[in-house]
Amino acid sequence: MELNGCHCEDEGGTEADDGETRQQTPGKGRAGDPRIDGGIEGGAAGPMEQGEPSERRARHTADSPRKSRPPFPWFGMDIGGTLVKLVYFEPKDITAEEEQEEVENLKSIRKYLTSNVAYGSTGIRDVHLELKDLTLCGRTGNLHFIRFPTQDLPAFLQMGRDKHFSSLHTALCATGGGAYKFEADFRMMADLQLLKLDELDCLIRGVLYIDSVNSSGPSECYYFENPTDPVHCIVKPYRLENPYPLLLVNIGSGVSILAVHSKDNFKRVTGTSLGGGTFLGLCCLLTGCSTFEEALEMASRGESTRVDKLVRDIYGGDYERFGLPGWIVASSFGNMMCKEKRESVSKEDLARATLVTITNNIGSITRMCALNENIERVVFVGNFLRVNTLSMKLLAYSMEYWSAGRLKALFLQHEGYFGAVGALLELLNPS
Amino acid sequence: MADCSQAGSGRHSMDKSITLPPDEIFRNLENAKRFAIDIGGSLTKLAYYSTVQHKVAKVRSFDHTAKEVDGDPLYEISVQEEITARLHFIKFENAYIETCLDFIKDHLVNTETKVIKATGGGAYKFKELIEKKLKLKVDKEDEMSCLIKGCNFVLKNIPHEAFVYAKHADSEFRFQNTHPDIFPYLLINIGSGVSIVKVESEDKFERIGGSSIGGGTFWGLGALLTKTKRFDELLQLASRGQHTSVDMLVKDIYGGAYGSLGLTGDLIASSFGKSATTDKEFSKEDMAKSLLHMISNDIGQLACLYARLHNLTRVYFGGFFIRGHPVTMHTITYSINFFTKGEVQALFLRHEGYLGAIGAFLKGAEEDNPNQYSWGENYAGSSGLMSVSPDLNPMQRVRSGTFDMLEMDRLERQLVNLPLLQDPSSYIPDTVDLTEDALARQYWLYCFEEALDGVVNRAVASQPDLPQAVERAEKFRQKYLHKLQTLRHQPFAYGSLTVRSLLDTREHCLNEFNFPDPYSKIKQKENDVALRYFQKVVRSLEKLPWEQRQFALVKGLLAGNVFDWGAKAVSDVLESNPEFGFEEAKHQLQDRPWLIDCYDQWVERLKGPPHKCALFFVDNSGIDIILGVFPFVRELLCRGTEVVLASNSGPALNDVTNSELQILTERIAAMDSVIQAAIKEDRLTLVQSGSSSPCLDLSRLDKALAVVVRERHTDLVVIEGMGRAIHTNYYAALSCESLKLAVIKNSWLAERLGGKIFSVVFKYEVPPQSPGLRR
Repeated sequence: MELNGCHCEDEGGTEADDGETRQQTPGKGRAGDPRIDGGIEGGAAGPMEQGEPSERRARHTADSPRKSRPPFPWFGMDIGGTLVKLVYFEPKDITAEEEQEEVENLKSIRKYLTSNVAYGSTGIRDVHLELKDLTLCGRTGNLHFIRFPTQDLPAFLQMGRDKHFSSLHTALCATGGGAYKFEADFRMMADLQLLKLDELDCLIRGVLYIDSVNSSGPSECYYFENPTDPVHCIVKPYRLENPYPLLLVNIGSGVSILAVHSKDNFKRVTGTSLGGGTFLGLCCLLTGCSTFEEALEMASRGESTRVDKLVRDIYGGDYERFGLPGWIVASSFGNMMCKEKRESVSKEDLARATLVTITNNIGSITRMCALNENIERVVFVGNFLRVNTLSMKLLAYSMEYWSAGRLKALFLQHEGYFGAVGALLELLNPS
Repeated sequence: MADCSQAGSGRHSMDKSITLPPDEIFRNLENAKRFAIDIGGSLTKLAYYSTVQHKVAKVRSFDHTAKEVDGDPLYEISVQEEITARLHFIKFENAYIETCLDFIKDHLVNTETKVIKATGGGAYKFKELIEKKLKLKVDKEDEMSCLIKGCNFVLKNIPHEAFVYAKHADSEFRFQNTHPDIFPYLLINIGSGVSIVKVESEDKFERIGGSSIGGGTFWGLGALLTKTKRFDELLQLASRGQHTSVDMLVKDIYGGAYGSLGLTGDLIASSFGKSATTDKEFSKEDMAKSLLHMISNDIGQLACLYARLHNLTRVYFGGFFIRGHPVTMHTITYSINFFTKGEVQALFLRHEGYLGAIGAFLKGAEEDNPNQYSWGENYAGSSGLMSVSPDLNPMQRVRSGTFDMLEMDRLERQLVNLPLLQDPSSYIPDTVDLTEDALARQYWLYCFEEALDGVVNRAVASQPDLPQAVERAEKFRQKYLHKLQTLRHQPFAYGSLTVRSLLDTREHCLNEFNFPDPYSKIKQKENDVALRYFQKVVRSLEKLPWEQRQFALVKGLLAGNVFDWGAKAVSDVLESNPEFGFEEAKHQLQDRPWLIDCYDQWVERLKGPPHKCALFFVDNSGIDIILGVFPFVRELLCRGTEVVLASNSGPALNDVTNSELQILTERIAAMDSVIQAAIKEDRLTLVQSGSSSPCLDLSRLDKALAVVVRERHTDLVVIEGMGRAIHTNYYAALSCESLKLAVIKNSWLAERLGGKIFSVVFKYEVPPQSPGLRR
């Protein structure tokens, strides 16, 4: 019943105002934010938590949260090639009545997720990303961000089965390739029906939403000031007002580059298979490490110039004919053609070179796309950037240096979770 | 970027005891000057300019003021020495460099040379060695400028230089037409890194971008991952591997395709993505393959982004990563097709490995103005494109792995397009591409091999008084036979294989062994005999009423074209009774309707106003030119049409050469007032074609011919004979009226065209009418 209420009601506005008073969070209201008004429509997440019900779109104010609101639990899921990203909305405004009605396994799921920061051996809740006191669909609560490796999905499904997740009759909105690949597994192993969503739609929806709501803690969007100067390079908040057009570069296992001209006018410009999966895959093969964190840690201690061949290694200095400074990498891993040098590099050097190679390559492709699409603002997202300041600074550097300051690299706090957030929004407000 | 790494690249240790077959490789060293050297990571390319002394047959008219004595030859033939310029390019492994330098030093007679131009990453490393050995000062030239200069040079001077690679097609290599304007283009040089260069004109180019992920990344990372040291071995590993076990594909993430974006399941979503999530061991082959795909796709993608940004569609790939390796040419081609959806084709160059050396050479030779001349690839002295894949041709590998040569002759004349080509950029001279047509290829290779004995005999017979004619002829046989064998295995060795290229290769080989004109005496005799019947033929034609005369003229043209001196029976008849032979020939001709028969349209046209000027590409000497062409030309002149007779600059088979034709024309003028008046009034002009081939490439003609054609407002082109009108130009589209006529004297070819031997092709074409253009 509720399920239908959620997914079949495409025009919330047709439901008359039923007088339900929505919880409002002062200060969260962003009625004036042109992005949201101009962007999200049709009952999408943004306007739902606007401050002034009387103005803007009657359709939204007339929305009936009770009828359209799906039952708890509220999840959004993004099943990528390497990681599963899960966002979970924990309602904090549960009334005593609700508390009584709440079924046992729903309670247990909530307790389990919110009282732990790690699940099994590989699941992790990114506590620092948690968004508190968020109003969604008229309910206030906290948004939790959880991730675990895609290869542990069976264990996750097993847990869902053990906790009788299916008895909750909730729809599970999922995006990412895994939503398609594992659809049958969800059904067979956990008796769950997935609602599959396009990952790019979700990504964009998620980015725009999170940026619009996250105003309390550190600014969602930020950039590096003076990226070409290591001493004075500092993180600065950035207000993503009038974000369009923007180039959205999502670096997961692979890379997708999207040109976004408005919330629903975007295209995938291109992509590259040299992404986070390549970095980790090559590092595992070259250094024997096994986790992203391990690889990054090694990279932070290594020196890529022992592995790469620089312009100065070839020309003894700058290649003046073409204005190439000597410190520029002429050939990634170029020194490794030589046996002696192969034997003299450390695993840390190799990890660093791998990181630099992959990052710089993403930088050049992005730069070319920005030129071809005539876009100057580039937002990098995706889990490759998680705890990866090295890459972010490199990207910031390469955008600035090669464009003579014309291009700006922007980053977002919730790096890899936007697809999952988009999926959650879809659950709450099907577009 | 420079492919500068020597480490791990030398496939053999330095071996000074290597013995070279030196005279076969560093040829014409005695007169060599202007050396240039390009030393790469594993290969050295040496370039030098030299002069070649070879024999040419010259004809000289006798003084005919005195009363002719029967039996006196028409003109005198003498064999003279001629000196022509030739460029030599030799490619060998760095391991041989010292041995080669020693050899050059020992054979270098010319002492004028003081400097050697050098480029390539290895130029530094070997600088001292070169200076010590050759006593020449090493003058370093910028690598990229050399590369571009070399690239411009081969694109302009070598037909079929560029090709598209198609692994699974009938012919791996699809050669591209030489576009009249080679600019602008993009050159992606994949050395250890990648340089992307936009070339806008001879002197203007710009490095618009690059990438550090290149050949060095494949090699370096590949060596780390597979413990395999050599680049070639890495490529071989890659060609045997399966990237799908290492890469994360779209279907590994989606379970299938990502339909809404049109991404198929087999696309790579994340290179090496599986090695991050699985603990299993990966095979060397699979990792090498995955690496190859990763790098090729990345380069392809960047190339496309740059091509799009600069709005360029011609994209050439070079560098040691490409250098004739089918594996990398395939992956790059695949990537370009994928990223541009087929809008841009990846182009490769036959002489890609020589670009740096050619460029460095040109920089040092600017005072010789090499760009002022046209140059031609010498098929006899050049190795041709070898497949380096050991799987494709193990035999070739052994040979080509050592030395590879390119020789280019400086042509006496600058060659340009015929201004009357409808679309020069789409003009293809050759009717059948034997690289694509396997059946025709087999036949013609067999045919040329069969005919070889006859050619050898004629060559020997043509020089009864010259020394070692038999030995030289035998060497010629071996050389040409070897070329035919190479072409059987690798038809693409010199660009598209065609009947023309087979004929030209034979001429080059004959010249190589100093048989400049084996038919000279035969031509002399035949001309002599035919001349005696000229007046009689003209008189009998004049008696005919107009309509009958037109037909007789055409039949005469065709009959003259029937007989080839290749057929012994025919030559006997002709020698004993030429007039009878000529009449016999007419009987041999197919009756109308001919195989291709536009005669009625032609006659209708003749009833109209005369043509302004006719350009006539002539064929054989003797009966053909004297009893067939001249009466026909005479009729055109009488109609008020100016005539330009275009004949070969140099000898080829029994084709009449320009110098022979001059003598013949004088003789005919002496007995025919129409011809005489036309010459005096400059209404009959002789020009040379610029070619020495039995076939005709209308995109490479003497510049002077083009000028005459334009000045005289030529509105009719007549092309005669199998070589010029059937093997080539059968489909050539001209912007004016054209007449292509020939008798098919080869039953296999006749059958292919749907006729029998002695079938007649009489193709009269009028270009699609464009209002206001035609009179």
